[in-house]
Parts: sequence; structure tokens; C-alpha cells
Amino acid sequence: MLHTVNKSPFEKNSLETCLRLTEQDSTVLLIEDGVYGALKGTKIEDLVLESLSNVKMYVLGPDLMARGLDKNSLINNIEIIDYQDFVKLAVENERIQNWL
Amino acid sequence: MEEETQSGVIKKFLYVNRRAPHGTIYAHEALEVVLIGAAFEQDVSMAFIDDGVFQLKKDQNTDGIDTKNFSKTFSALEMYDVEKLYVEKESLDERGIKEDDLAVDVKVISSSEMKKLITESEVILNF
Repeated sequence: MLHTVNKSPFEKNSLETCLRLTEQDSTVLLIEDGVYGALKGTKIEDLVLESLSNVKMYVLGPDLMARGLDKNSLINNIEIIDYQDFVKLAVENERIQNWL
Repeated sequence: MEEETQSGVIKKFLYVNRRAPHGTIYAHEALEVVLIGAAFEQDVSMAFIDDGVFQLKKDQNTDGIDTKNFSKTFSALEMYDVEKLYVEKESLDERGIKEDDLAVDVKVISSSEMKKLITESEVILNF
């Protein structure tokens, strides 16, 4: 199952709830303001690191670049993908949950 | 701290920015309002708190999301005599962002200094 999160983890608890309620081996894609959840050195970094042992996490490159961020800003093991990859993930996964 | 000029009264304006850029229109709209305020020769300060600090992140490139890269406007604020940009240190720390990561010169201040800034302002607009 693919989960997308598009809200900043510092403003809303969407990411936190998503990670709490996500089945093992799911895929989590951070988009729009959700990309801030992939930053290292934040107050929620430990929560994200912990979740990375259960789920695969991606972040959408164009949204990252728009915010002045790149792979050096990110927690290790979070992969940057483009729009084509996003489409592929959407096709590969039978269901999608959007955590708004 | 009011002084009379030909055009009227000058007040201490504080624009409080607490939203990340791009995800919503707030940050962009705030900048538009700041520029209008500056045209009326008011005493303008901007505060960046919570996700608002992300507005100032350098190297923003919005080509991939087809929106206006308004972050460049921050460098032009000086020309409108908007020179007082205050960033709350606690907000930077929580987000792993350092002063060096910011695109413009700002004054990084503590929560207690921010409290004082807000208290001393006469007109406060929140975005």
C-alpha cells in the first residue's frame, strides 16, 4: 500500500499518524510540505528513523528542490524520486492512502 | 513611538510568518502585503516563527512545481526599506536549519526576545 503525506510534520500530525498506522513493508511518499519530514536534525528525526526499519520512504524531488533542499539535507535511506516514479508507485500499489 | 509626517502617522508594523512556502499561498501573500505596507512608509519588521523559517531557506528552485519562486523577493526587500527580519532560534533548531542555510541577512533571536518584539509592535498581521 502506498501512503502519501503532504503536510509539514511541524504543523500537523499527518506524518506521525501515518507512521503509527502504517502496515509493515508499506511505502510512504512525502510530497509538497510533507517533504520537511525527511530532513535530518529535526525534532521528529528519531520517529522517522525508527519507522525506516518498517517502511520504505520516498520524497518527491521537485517539491524538495522548490524548498531549497537536496539529498544532503535528508535522513539516510530516504530516496528521492521524480514524477514518473510517483506514477509507477501509484500503479504498482493496489491502494493509496493520502494523509492530508 | 508615533511621529507625524506629511503623509500621516508612522506605526510599528510586525508581519508574523508561521507557514512554510509553496504548500499554501500564505507566505507569498504575506510578502505582497509587506511590500504594500512599505509603500506607505511604515516602520516594518518581519518575524519568522515555526515553519515560517523555511520561507528564508536559500537555493529554492520552483521550476519543477511550476510556481513563482517568490523567495527571491526577500533579497529585494532592502530596496523597500524592509530591513528588519527576525528569526526565532528555537524554530530553526527544531527544524535542523542553521543561520547559514538562509538566503538573506536576518537577526536570529530567542523566544523571549521575540515575545518582546511582539509586545512592542503596534500593528500585527499574521500569516
